[in-house]
Amino acid sequence: MVSNSTSGGDIVLEGVTKRFVTPTGQAMTAIRDVNIKIGAGKFCAIVGPTGCGKSTTLTLTSGLDTLSAGTIHVAGRPVMGITPGVGFVFQNDALLPWKSVIANVAFGPLMNGIPKAQAMEKAREWLATVGLTGFENHYPHQLSGGMRKRVQLAATLINDPSLLMMDEPFSALDVQTRAIMTNELMNLWEQSKPSVMFVTHDLEEAIAIADQVVVMTVGPATVKDVFEIDLPRPRGAIQDIRFQPRFLELYKLIWNSLREEVERSYAMAAAKRETA
Amino acid sequence: MMNGGRDIDLAQLAKQRAQRYRNLVLLGRIGTLVIFLGLWQILTDLKIVDPFFFGSPIGIVKRLGDWFVNGTAYGSFWYQIWVTMEESILGFVFGVLAGVFFGVLLGEIPLLSDIMTPYIKMVNALPRIVLGSIFVIWLGLGLPSKVMLAAVLVFFVVFFNAYQGVKSVDRNLVAHARILGASRLDLVRHVVVPSATSWIIASLHVALGFSIIGAIVGEFLGAQHGLGLVISTAQNNFDTNGVFGAMLVIGVIAISAEGLMGLAEKRLLAWRPASANDGARNSI
Repeated sequence: MVSNSTSGGDIVLEGVTKRFVTPTGQAMTAIRDVNIKIGAGKFCAIVGPTGCGKSTTLTLTSGLDTLSAGTIHVAGRPVMGITPGVGFVFQNDALLPWKSVIANVAFGPLMNGIPKAQAMEKAREWLATVGLTGFENHYPHQLSGGMRKRVQLAATLINDPSLLMMDEPFSALDVQTRAIMTNELMNLWEQSKPSVMFVTHDLEEAIAIADQVVVMTVGPATVKDVFEIDLPRPRGAIQDIRFQPRFLELYKLIWNSLREEVERSYAMAAAKRETA
Repeated sequence: MMNGGRDIDLAQLAKQRAQRYRNLVLLGRIGTLVIFLGLWQILTDLKIVDPFFFGSPIGIVKRLGDWFVNGTAYGSFWYQIWVTMEESILGFVFGVLAGVFFGVLLGEIPLLSDIMTPYIKMVNALPRIVLGSIFVIWLGLGLPSKVMLAAVLVFFVVFFNAYQGVKSVDRNLVAHARILGASRLDLVRHVVVPSATSWIIASLHVALGFSIIGAIVGEFLGAQHGLGLVISTAQNNFDTNGVFGAMLVIGVIAISAEGLMGLAEKRLLAWRPASANDGARNSI
């Protein structure tokens, strides 16, 4: 409602560091000196070894957590508290289990002071968009994992976010459902073009959907390389794009960068296990 | 046997078997009751067991009949039942409201809970029944002292569960709601309290029992009306049948209340996946 030309804020992370104290009293650095620049309306995928602080980067950018050092600017304004216009699709189920599907989708507008009838109407439209008409009054536990993810997408996108955080949103789904969901996500994104930070461990997925792939190092994580993906848009089904020569080139290039980090992360895990 | 009819026969057979089993269970239950009451009656009739100390089923029924028809020393028996129920219900309501309120408050404000924890533990360690005496001194022999005692008993059960429920809210849900624009108060209303509800509901069953205990014990300690007074008078008169009779009435009240609670629980927790138990019941 607020702005239909949502393709808003560029995202700039400068020297972002997050330290925290573990329950056992040790200081830990999750991410260190992270610099990322994402143009307005661009799709940025973040890849890196498991547990390297990719999620932390999203949490900080969305304003759910505070920085230890550095700055994050969204659309020119420093992040303080929940970033205005942010949407966040979490890795795990985040739907409120005691609310029906439609109440879950209408939750965002209601929290933003939109009258109930209007919020419900909007929620109904969004449920139609994600193909869940007829499931309005179901509870989340009555839906399949893929359907719950659709509801979550609807619940997030209904707020018309100008920047969208996605933390391995489809990792819990089976391969087929995941491919379908990724295609749908791309269609939805093309419509309103929010700036996206998309964490994934699937390099193929990252290249297929993103304008820019950021490779992060093993913890304490920082940015290792940034690759621009110059595949033309719209790209069509991600299942087909994988066979284009340019895709394969990029894949090789980025995988070389990522592989080192994955190997280092395995070595570190092994060393930790030996000392333990 | 025909081939096509086999599945139907099988389902029919299973249904019959289940029906037969349920009949057997019901028969067993009735049988147990009849044998128990019969033995009790016969043994006391034959003076093998002293009816003065143990009463008898027929004696209990007669005593109850007398109370219902002629009333007790302090007015009609219905009125005694009503007084006790009123005390329990009020105590239950106040105890639950206070328990939920303070449980959520302390759960949401860690500083407050850290400050209050030792005192709450101290009061909780106290056998709270003794508070009844204080309440009688403070509030007199009427309704308020019983309501207070019942409420205090209920409060702690509900409080600890509500607190624990708030503490165990899924942080993912909180993050999700915050991103969607929920304020602190919205979070409490739409995320924290509903999430703690299953914990709170679990405590209500115990709390219900405690509210009745609170009312009855309060009446024991000093009252002008109520089932507790009826029992304590019967005790002083060595009226065994009277004690058992009042006990029976209290049991009926407690079971009815428990039934109502079950219905309320089903409504409040409709969003939860049906447990394996419910599924089995529905399938029959």
